[in-house]
Amino acid sequence: MGNKKQNVGLVREIITMAKTNIRDYMMYITLVCIMLFFAIQTDGGFLQARNITNLINQAGYVAVMAIGMTVILIIVHIDLSVGYVAGFCGAVAAILMTKYNVNEWIAILIVLGLGLLIGLYQGLLVTKVGVPAFVTTLAGMFIFRGLLNLSLQKTGTIIIPNKGFNALSNGFIPDLPIDVGFHMVTMIIAVVLVGILIFTQTKNRKNKLKYDFEVPSTPIFVFKLVAMSAIILGIMWVLASNQGVPWTAVIVGVVLVVYNYMLNKTKLGRAIYGIGGNAQAAELSGINVKRVTLFAFCSVSVMAALGGVLYTSRLQSATPTAGTAFEMDAIASSYIGGVAVSGGVGRVTNTIIGALVIMSLTNGMNLMGIDISYQYMVKGIIFIIAVAFDVRTRKK
Amino acid sequence: MSDYILEMKQITKEFPGVKALDNVNFKVKRGEIHCLVGENGAGKSTLMKVLSGVYPYGTYSGDIMYNGEVQKFKQISDSESKGIVIIYQELALVQELSLYENIFFGHEILKGRSIDWNETIVRATEMLKKVKLKADPSMKVKDLGVGNQQLVEIAKALSKDVKLLILDEPTASLNEDDSQNLLNLIRELKEQGVTCIMISHKLREITAIADTITVLRDGSTICSLDATERRIEEAEIIKHMVGREMDNIYPKREKREFGDIALELKDWSVFDPIKNREILHKVNVNVRKGEIVGIQGLMGAGRTELAMSIFGNPTGYKLTGGELYLDGKEVHFRNPKEAIKKGLAYVTEDRKGNGLILMQDIRYNTTIANLEALVQGLAINENEEIKVANSYKDSINIKAPSIEQKVGNLSGGNQQKVQIAKWMFAQPKVLILDEPTRGIDVGAKYEIYSLMNKLVAEGMSIIMISSELPEVLGMSDRLYVMSEGSITGEMLVEDATEEKVMAMAVKS
Repeated sequence: MGNKKQNVGLVREIITMAKTNIRDYMMYITLVCIMLFFAIQTDGGFLQARNITNLINQAGYVAVMAIGMTVILIIVHIDLSVGYVAGFCGAVAAILMTKYNVNEWIAILIVLGLGLLIGLYQGLLVTKVGVPAFVTTLAGMFIFRGLLNLSLQKTGTIIIPNKGFNALSNGFIPDLPIDVGFHMVTMIIAVVLVGILIFTQTKNRKNKLKYDFEVPSTPIFVFKLVAMSAIILGIMWVLASNQGVPWTAVIVGVVLVVYNYMLNKTKLGRAIYGIGGNAQAAELSGINVKRVTLFAFCSVSVMAALGGVLYTSRLQSATPTAGTAFEMDAIASSYIGGVAVSGGVGRVTNTIIGALVIMSLTNGMNLMGIDISYQYMVKGIIFIIAVAFDVRTRKK
Repeated sequence: MSDYILEMKQITKEFPGVKALDNVNFKVKRGEIHCLVGENGAGKSTLMKVLSGVYPYGTYSGDIMYNGEVQKFKQISDSESKGIVIIYQELALVQELSLYENIFFGHEILKGRSIDWNETIVRATEMLKKVKLKADPSMKVKDLGVGNQQLVEIAKALSKDVKLLILDEPTASLNEDDSQNLLNLIRELKEQGVTCIMISHKLREITAIADTITVLRDGSTICSLDATERRIEEAEIIKHMVGREMDNIYPKREKREFGDIALELKDWSVFDPIKNREILHKVNVNVRKGEIVGIQGLMGAGRTELAMSIFGNPTGYKLTGGELYLDGKEVHFRNPKEAIKKGLAYVTEDRKGNGLILMQDIRYNTTIANLEALVQGLAINENEEIKVANSYKDSINIKAPSIEQKVGNLSGGNQQKVQIAKWMFAQPKVLILDEPTRGIDVGAKYEIYSLMNKLVAEGMSIIMISSELPEVLGMSDRLYVMSEGSITGEMLVEDATEEKVMAMAVKS
């Protein structure tokens, strides 16, 4: 009897959980469906270790740009210029390394600095002059596209010889010098990640219980932990059976952790959500709205520069077409990842899922040999469905 | 003739988890002014939304009898076509359009398939004359004051050939003059045969104007009082609203000991570059430690502008002259952040518009103005934050399931308490309260007044800006009267009478 009652309670809890978190769950389900669909269509090719590695390397530049974009979108601005900023920054890095023989790491630092300057320029236009972000960054699109073309006009595509630079989006973390048939370090990292996950989640839950907040019941909590651990171990195992964790994944991981911490744990993060929710109220609560907005523009441009570096590294060359339509992928990733169109809501962790959705579509359709015209349409349709669904569920 | 134009019978309306209306019976006689009162959340607005078709037929149970016939309104246009027009507290005018465009917005006069603008202007002028608004019909709505905008709304209702006019807190944002004007207009409409339902919190107006007063409490009809036979006293209405006798709306303070001057303004002048005129002229105001200073003035007198210009001037006015002293030292604030750091706090007039971040929870809103106090290294100490938010929730009685409740879901009174909690946590020396009890029910009002008394007893200084005369007289130790950007009077509360204050408030 008692057992039965417990089961009923559990079912009810699952239903209410599904109802309240339907937005997030839909996103995961969509991702899984897309992956399964392509796996079937490509006879498993999509889920092969090599392709998963590929997918991560391809998604990396979109992911970091989307993370920067998420912050801008939360405060209800937009940055349309990120694509050409990325292209231009990649070209500058290539020129520095080939023409001026600058060390690759210094070149990357210089380019990130360039991103910061671009962010300052656009951010000051928005905050001090009062030009709307849409217009400022649309103008930026023109300007940086021009600069990209100009910088590569004489040379055309620049091939980059620097190994370290190219490894960023093509290389893997080193392994221990013992052969166990798989990538040892990758699995060690996997175990550490799972450990961290279990530790932080349990601590978090205990804390919430201490304050009598509602928490999921034990079976659901355990199930969640097991499922998340399994996903981490599964992905890492696939990677380990290939060549290990790509450097791209490490970079995205670091960016993700930093932004997630910033948004959730710091004053700056509070300010960002506050401005997105109600800028006037935020100002009157002592938040320096202009300064935070300026920060958001700097951060998105630096992330665009980083995206440019990753993309250039991936191609091992800088081309005049780099950056075209990147802003569309970045914006779509953020919105698919659940940033509210009206601002004030959004998580970078979900943005990564959004980026995976977008890049899985690209990767899978490429594998299937689908024409690029159809690819754009499919992405557009998925994007608009995601946002429409978001708007509807938020209304309730 | 005393037949009923409207009979709402056994209306029940449920929202998930809440019974907003529980078997409500509501009868309105033809040609009367019927006031609907009740605490916030009593169900007044819900009842009117059922009537107007915002909640369509089928989503509630019970019958609406209008002119003796059962009505099944599916949408607002259904009720409007029968002559039922509702005017909401938040006016529904298009600011950038002209008066005549607004008046016939949604029911344009057509000639063939195109709009007949000439006829529109002629008819609009007639309507404006009826509501006694002397204004050029081609001027934009945004150039009118709130009071006159309200009149435009009524003109719009008249243009729809209104039989039953519903006004939801029409005077909430009006000054005394405009309110009187509006009430007179409602009386005139009554003469012309328009029945009027008025929702209001202002009991004085209600007792002055109502033929019948219906009190709602917790989704049920408590009583209907006939005000034509005998005079209904405010105390009686309050008793029905809260279900208990409330002999004193303004709690008494035990000791009144004032310390040094905490904040002082000297010859404070402010220029608004957008309106291109001086909005504050040589204002001199001071407040002592432990003192509540009231600033009374009509809408447009510059009270909120005064608060904003002191509080770091986020609206970008030009401060053209004068000095601001805190604890005897002159200070200059470039933004609200600096003002907060120096011990100022400002509970805004418009808590939804610029006071609270509605999509965030109580915890977030409570601590947002003083996160410094919770930061350890880089991160916010969330455990400490939860403790803080919980302690304020308990100590000032914010009614919510937990501090994780979104502020947007709270009632007006509880939202206001969150705003006050936010500033208490910032531990200011001077607290500026701008219309602290607007749109708040009597019970919550009392709690907020008591809280104010407690804060000044602890040595805080309070500047209370309010357009409600009884509140200013009931709560202040000393008060200033403002008119058209200048201070026109200062007096101790013992010397103040309503007549005296009003005389100064209309002085120019």
